[in-house]
Amino acid sequence: MESEYATHITLTVNGEPCAVTVDNRMSVLDLLRERLGLTGTKKGCDHGQCGACTVLADGRRVNACLALAVACDGAGIRTVEGLAGPDGLHPLQRAFLRHDAFQCGYCTPGQLCSAVGMLTEPGPSAVTQDLALDPALTAGEIRERMSGNLCRCGAYVNIVRAIGSEAPPGREVAESAISIGDTAPYPPAGRLDAEGPGAEGALR
Amino acid sequence: MRQFGYVRAVSPREATGQYRDGAAYLGGGTNLVDLMRLGVAAPDRVIDVTGALSAEIAAAEGGGLTIGAGVRNSDLASHPLVRERYPMLARAVLNGASGQIRNAATTGGNLLQRTRCPYFQDVAMPCNKRSPGSGCQATAPGADTGHMAIFGHSPFCVATHPSDLAVALTALNARVRVVSPADGGPASAVGPEGDPQDGTRQNRGRWIEMPGLHRLPGGVPEQDTVLHPGELITEVELPPPPGAGNTPARQTYRKVRERASFAFALVSVAALLEVDADGRVRECRIALGGVAHAPWRAHAVERVLLGVPPSAEAFARAADAELRYARPLPGNAYKVTLARNLITSVLEELMP
Repeated sequence: MESEYATHITLTVNGEPCAVTVDNRMSVLDLLRERLGLTGTKKGCDHGQCGACTVLADGRRVNACLALAVACDGAGIRTVEGLAGPDGLHPLQRAFLRHDAFQCGYCTPGQLCSAVGMLTEPGPSAVTQDLALDPALTAGEIRERMSGNLCRCGAYVNIVRAIGSEAPPGREVAESAISIGDTAPYPPAGRLDAEGPGAEGALR
Repeated sequence: MRQFGYVRAVSPREATGQYRDGAAYLGGGTNLVDLMRLGVAAPDRVIDVTGALSAEIAAAEGGGLTIGAGVRNSDLASHPLVRERYPMLARAVLNGASGQIRNAATTGGNLLQRTRCPYFQDVAMPCNKRSPGSGCQATAPGADTGHMAIFGHSPFCVATHPSDLAVALTALNARVRVVSPADGGPASAVGPEGDPQDGTRQNRGRWIEMPGLHRLPGGVPEQDTVLHPGELITEVELPPPPGAGNTPARQTYRKVRERASFAFALVSVAALLEVDADGRVRECRIALGGVAHAPWRAHAVERVLLGVPPSAEAFARAADAELRYARPLPGNAYKVTLARNLITSVLEELMP
């Protein structure tokens, strides 16, 4: 199908090399779902507004619906299928389970990929007071940084908790800063880890 | 989506050389790809310029900053020099879109994004910007004008410019460098070595001052900017931030929107205030977003405040001097009040 309107591209998807000829109009999202059978990445709005299609392109989170596959020639794409390692689920996936951070689950692959990318992003956000600092990831910071991912079930409270529990060293979250309204007490992540998912209900 | 040929350019010169009628330059794609999917844009050739444009931010001679047009929004906002010396710029970019979109969107593409007027984005509606001469649904009876302009609109178009970045650049007196297909030829190596001030300017593109890149709609709303067909933004240059030494100018950006994040501005303001040792305003700059077809530099505010002691009363008087020129539409008079309060409140925040 090579023509003026199609292009042969090579990319890496979840570590696997992939060579494919694509219609120039094809998005990375459609390439993943329709050509490569990787249906973990979800199509929500197809306009970059919901974040369900979020994947990591060369380590940076992007909306796969707005990225033309042809423009990603040579890129490394990581999807939700590529988050888990040989030792099992990615720590954020475990955190989402532990904190019950979803209801229907449709937005979850995008939330996960977005959070993985977000936790590596330096610098302030729109809610950071002091631009000179790389702020601690308070609930307010997490909400702002995750605003590109909608959850129509409204599981935001536990999504924020799950992500907060996996903040990297140096950007730890004050326990008091991660609950609803940033003020209510929050059970330490370690305690939940120790007691398992079943303990969560008793702590509410 | 209409079929299109795809070309990946490796230099600005190659990109402009590939340009022809019906072509479009592709940056991060966060607006263009969406418009193509909506049928609003239908280029038959897409020239990918992400590999052609500089993605570097560098301190310029004399204390300014040079930003490659290929710099992604997220890299711009997190750059130490931008955060330290141009905080209104960092805040403006951080207030735009989402983390995912900022990772993809480029500096040049951000400036050239199209309006989010719902009638422009809906191909079933008449729109003079999308289809010149077809009419303006936003001025029809019963139209939703809540997000439309209050300054500088015409009977043909009342849309607003959506960029936050452009508002900050307008307040900072930035200028953009553009090259055009006509700049081609062996002597036209366009790059950091090119000096636009010397006699070879013709071959090295041209500079456009901000404000001045974006235009008001008048009778030709299909033209968002003063760029000619095929012209490509290659870099943005910022002069040194005003104010130094004992009385540094303070600056910020504040945006009011319908939800706390990931929404376009109802009204936004990029503001800078410098007060001298005698307690009088030495310099004030105000640019507004969400109120016009272009970032709106509020010259009246700046004039009224020059040389007077800063106070809430003076700020309100200055804001009124600007808003006297507002022409709200049925349904968006709230923007006049909002802009007044926003200007006053942000300037109070910047008082020493």
